[in-house]
Amino acid sequence: MSRYIIRRLLIAVPSLFGISIVLFTVLALAPGDPFGELATNPNVPPAVQAALRAKFGLDDPVYVRYLHWFVAMMHGDWGFSFVSRVDVDTLIWQRLPTTLLVIGSSQVLALLIALPVGVIAATRPYSIFDQVANTFAFIGFSLPTFFTGILFILLFSIKLDWLPFVYKADIAGTGWHWFWECVKQAIMPVAVLGLFQGASWTRYVRSAVLDVIRLEYVTTARAKGLTETTVVVKHVVRNALIPVVTLVALQMPAVFGGAIITEQIFRIPGIGALLISSILANDTPVIMAVTFVFAALVILFNLMADVLYGWLDPRISYR
Amino acid sequence: MAGSTHALATDRVPAAAVVPRKHVSRGREAWRRFRRHRLAGASAIVLLSIVVAVVFGPLLWQVPINDIDFKATLAGPSWAHPLGTDDLGQDLLARVLYGGHISLAVGLAAMMFSIFVGTLIGAIAGVSRGSIDAALMWLTDLFLSLPQLPLLLLIIYLFRDALSKLAGPEFGVFMLIVVVIGAFRWMSVARLVRAQFFSLREKEFVEAARALGASTTRQVIHHILPNSLGPVIVAGTIDVANAIIAESTLSFLGLGFPPDIPTWGRILYDAKDYVDVAPHWALFPGGAIFLTVLTINFIGDGLRDALDPRKVM
Repeated sequence: MSRYIIRRLLIAVPSLFGISIVLFTVLALAPGDPFGELATNPNVPPAVQAALRAKFGLDDPVYVRYLHWFVAMMHGDWGFSFVSRVDVDTLIWQRLPTTLLVIGSSQVLALLIALPVGVIAATRPYSIFDQVANTFAFIGFSLPTFFTGILFILLFSIKLDWLPFVYKADIAGTGWHWFWECVKQAIMPVAVLGLFQGASWTRYVRSAVLDVIRLEYVTTARAKGLTETTVVVKHVVRNALIPVVTLVALQMPAVFGGAIITEQIFRIPGIGALLISSILANDTPVIMAVTFVFAALVILFNLMADVLYGWLDPRISYR
Repeated sequence: MAGSTHALATDRVPAAAVVPRKHVSRGREAWRRFRRHRLAGASAIVLLSIVVAVVFGPLLWQVPINDIDFKATLAGPSWAHPLGTDDLGQDLLARVLYGGHISLAVGLAAMMFSIFVGTLIGAIAGVSRGSIDAALMWLTDLFLSLPQLPLLLLIIYLFRDALSKLAGPEFGVFMLIVVVIGAFRWMSVARLVRAQFFSLREKEFVEAARALGASTTRQVIHHILPNSLGPVIVAGTIDVANAIIAESTLSFLGLGFPPDIPTWGRILYDAKDYVDVAPHWALFPGGAIFLTVLTINFIGDGLRDALDPRKVM
């Protein structure tokens, strides 16, 4: 198992490299000098501009610039925000926990919906439950997150006035009251993201369980006289989860995309909202760093999926 | 000639066999299966009416999309404005119809782009095997693990101004959005096509063509490619829905088309700060996106049943 994890880690490093090359190529192809806000500012005298260009290495060949940038990224020197005049990494570290909290709880919610619904639907294919679940799943992943967010705000904040629609990072108060306020403001964003993911995962779970449930070893388990619950939970689901893990890992980029939208709608101070605001403010160092962080997170979650995969299916880690 | 062996074979068998049922071609059989999927049939009708409304609606409803009327701002639905008006008193029906043009056009164009790239890469990988295949699949996996939305936003942020200058604000942004959305959606098609190529190239009819001396290009174009298109059509259908969502997302974040071009996502973006006073403003374009995407997804599901008979879901 540990050798398997090490091998997976060694595969993850080139992907991070590849993504950094894609990112930098995009930046290098872009017209103008996105990094040279100061160097192209007309109020800065030409001599200072030239000095700045030399200092930032704006006139070096592309690969030299890439190497400088990559080494700096690896050292944790992510540059300096043009707008808020703070180091980019402090900015990101401030906001990353909020994003991870929202994404994490929404994924838990999605699994809590998808697993039972998908399994029950697959054990009774073409029943009323299956058809209703299927229709709701279709509706769920056809509703774009930005529209669901607006509908939720309209219903729960404006019409019913149950939940706040602006996420506050600094809620005053202590103890249970504080905790309850935090939970209340997280309900809508988590539900929007979780329902969307849960809908598409329900279909994955259903078709994976359907593939497994007809196999002979399941018949054997039934023939041994095990109860239906034991057969499904211990024999079917564990094997059905293997392809689901792969599909869930493939969905990770979409999950982060959804997080950006939700953060924007509910004004959650996470890195997605940071990305949008820095794009609107032309704050290139922050944009590059946040995109890179998102890429690293996707690779990290893929790595976790791989490890989970090796645990679910020991044949893979022994290869 | 040799390319039609497959179709000919299926043509002859029912005629020779004593089957009372009338002969059904492959296309008709698929159509029969598609119609059995009731939701897909209903969706096809709904989607068709959306398309007809978007294409021909502006001819009947000739209210300009930017006719500012401060006497009727944020008005709810009425006879003068069936879908109400926005904060400048602009007619929402005209704007939603106009936005539908762009959203549907972006969806279709991005789908075609991604299908083209995906089929090309999948076909090259499936034919060549070896190191080229490995390299292309590495590229596919790399693209699959890219954070798509942040990169989309980054690319549009960096290139929007330059392209607007080059090709005009509307067409430049249209091309940019289509290419960028398409460039992040070809991976699943490439994998599908490659897998199809791997299984089809070992089939007897391709072997027969090879034995008759058909070149690789001919085998691919006449024998393998036409038979691998079923799953690609299904993937393409669902890609249209995904591309429409992607475009609306960009516009909703304020980074798609310029403000004077009302796409569905853009109207929602403008409406989101007024949901308390004018919910209709957000509900109609959002409902249009939802209905279009839902019907396309159902049609894709019906096509999957129709074109892939082995897969009984």
